[in-house]
Amino acid sequence: MSTAGFVLFLVCAVVSVLGAIGTVAARRPLRAAVSLLVTIIAIAGLYLGLSAQLLAAIQLLVYAGAVVVLFIFVIMLIGPSSEGSNDATAGGRHLMVRMLSLAGMGMFTATLAFTLVDVSAQYVATPEGFGSTQVVGEALYRQSLVPFEVVSITLLVAIVGALAVARTKTAKELSEARERRAQIEKAA
Amino acid sequence: MVDLNAYLTLASLLFGIGAIGFLVRRNALIQLMSIELMLNSVNIVLVAVNRLHVDNHVGQIFSFFVIAIAAAEAAVGLAILIALFRLHKSVDTDTADTLKH
Repeated sequence: MSTAGFVLFLVCAVVSVLGAIGTVAARRPLRAAVSLLVTIIAIAGLYLGLSAQLLAAIQLLVYAGAVVVLFIFVIMLIGPSSEGSNDATAGGRHLMVRMLSLAGMGMFTATLAFTLVDVSAQYVATPEGFGSTQVVGEALYRQSLVPFEVVSITLLVAIVGALAVARTKTAKELSEARERRAQIEKAA
Repeated sequence: MVDLNAYLTLASLLFGIGAIGFLVRRNALIQLMSIELMLNSVNIVLVAVNRLHVDNHVGQIFSFFVIAIAAAEAAVGLAILIALFRLHKSVDTDTADTLKH
């Protein structure tokens, strides 16, 4: 691969790792969302380096354009209490937190150790049109038309489910409904 | 110069960061973002391995489906988060103990 490709990889890799650390370490969810946005844009750059142009565009459209915006909408809807309790700096509010973070570190080092095993695979030059919209779209509709349609139904179900779940009662409404039911039972 | 190893190492780093974030943080919003990080790292692996097999696009198509399912998951997850917030006035997952006996 050329030097330009190496530079692209290096920049995108460093930016994505820094953004990921910012996402999980941020105290405020809004900062975490912006860090996630940075990570996602860097990953789109990685896709470009892997000559997956269509996926890079989809990554920007779906993640940067929809998922992160959804996160920011929810953060703004919830307001200041979206910060939650102070857990970012907790060295161990519970024993559980400490154990879980140890388990996470273990998983992290294990995966790293496994990937440092040399798979010795060198990339070859891509044929004409690899990763382009036309070729990927053709492969998508020829090889996996049914999964594609299933995904559209899944998204529809997710929309309806999200609406149904998000419109649940608040604690106050729940207790009021319970009182009303008790009164009706007493009257009867 | 950039080979599969580099991409796999980067993806495992991102997955590890996401896993640690999901396990350590107690803010449901940031836990959902950590899930997105992990899904993204899996996508990197799929696309990087697909780059080795230039005669097909199976990896890219698979990661396309992963992106679609991740979007659905984010929508439903955030809806559950809003329901939790309406009930408890908090996004702290430690408060989600309604099903405790």
